[in-house]
Amino acid sequence: MKSSLVNMVLSLGIITVVAAAALAGVYTATKEPIAQAKAEKQKSAIGQVLPDIQFNNNPAEEAAEVTVDGETVTVFPARQDGELVGMAVESHDTNGFSGLITVMYGFDPEGNITGFAVMQHAETPGLGSKMDEWFSNPAHTVIGLNANTANLTVSKDGGDVDAITAATISSRAFLRALTLANQASQQFASRQ
Amino acid sequence: MNDKLRILFNGIIAENPTFVLMLGMCPTLGTTGSAINGMSMGLATMAVLICSNVVISLIKNFVPSKVRIPAYIVVIAAFVSVLQLVMEAYVPSLYATLGIFIPLIVVNCIVLGRAEAFASRHSVFDSCLDGIGIGLGFTIALTLLGAVREFLGTGKIFDLAIYPEHFGSLVFVLAPGAFIALGLLIALFTKLRAKSC
Repeated sequence: MKSSLVNMVLSLGIITVVAAAALAGVYTATKEPIAQAKAEKQKSAIGQVLPDIQFNNNPAEEAAEVTVDGETVTVFPARQDGELVGMAVESHDTNGFSGLITVMYGFDPEGNITGFAVMQHAETPGLGSKMDEWFSNPAHTVIGLNANTANLTVSKDGGDVDAITAATISSRAFLRALTLANQASQQFASRQ
Repeated sequence: MNDKLRILFNGIIAENPTFVLMLGMCPTLGTTGSAINGMSMGLATMAVLICSNVVISLIKNFVPSKVRIPAYIVVIAAFVSVLQLVMEAYVPSLYATLGIFIPLIVVNCIVLGRAEAFASRHSVFDSCLDGIGIGLGFTIALTLLGAVREFLGTGKIFDLAIYPEHFGSLVFVLAPGAFIALGLLIALFTKLRAKSC
């Protein structure tokens, strides 16, 4: 088709308007399911990190932001009849091997680590990405340690936790996020 | 009928986008760490390719030739955004794995290449067939590459353990392994094609 100013403007105009309308429609239609999928993921992570704790509130609804040393993390308190029985903390560290990692940790009121769930990471596949299996393997798990008394650094740095083989940087990031989560949960608990 | 079949199979063998045309190398190398990731990326690209081919073939007579590339890009970008929203809503875990590579389908040269080389010159039905053929070719190539890398790197195919993980050589899961495996597969494909022709 021969190009003239009028038909160029018209055809591009019509195409962009139709595309925008289609996108707006899909955005509206998927907004609800996207929010739902995110809430679902958060809820299942909270359940996963607080496995043996009975609670009857909805921790996601009572989420609170806690700032420790300039880092803001989200604390989800689990309560049984109003009494604080555990906390799920969504914590992060920006110094993973490939930047940001986001992990949710669970604590009981004494500071014992009840579980964790890696929410987001970009660590090397096969090395740092093994965080999930490695730190839940009974041979070198962090679950069951008391975050207040244990030295939460890798054994290479004099701590109590074995780093993932060949992924010390990822392990350090994981433990820094854990320490941050613990500080936040303590701060949150002391405010109750 | 034969013509239609030829269009369909053209994309899988004679003009396989990965092994013959060598288009779309960025997502090919980036997402094939495992067979399932490669396959999902291939299917996502195929979905966009079919939709954009059909629409571009529909509008080809109304678009002045001087603005055809921006017009095609808008069509492709719209379909990619739709796909992205739908994936985020209904398959969030897959969306999290493929991440940045989904929006990058917009600049995948296969999609624009087929729009310009095929859809803008052929009928709607033929363009749809071409989309399916090229999409399948891309999916098969990515799945194959993903399976080879996953097998050599971790001893699994589609998460099915074949041999113990610690015998695998990790390099195949990492970026250098992508280049090595792709090079070997292209060599193999070229040899097989030369024989059969």
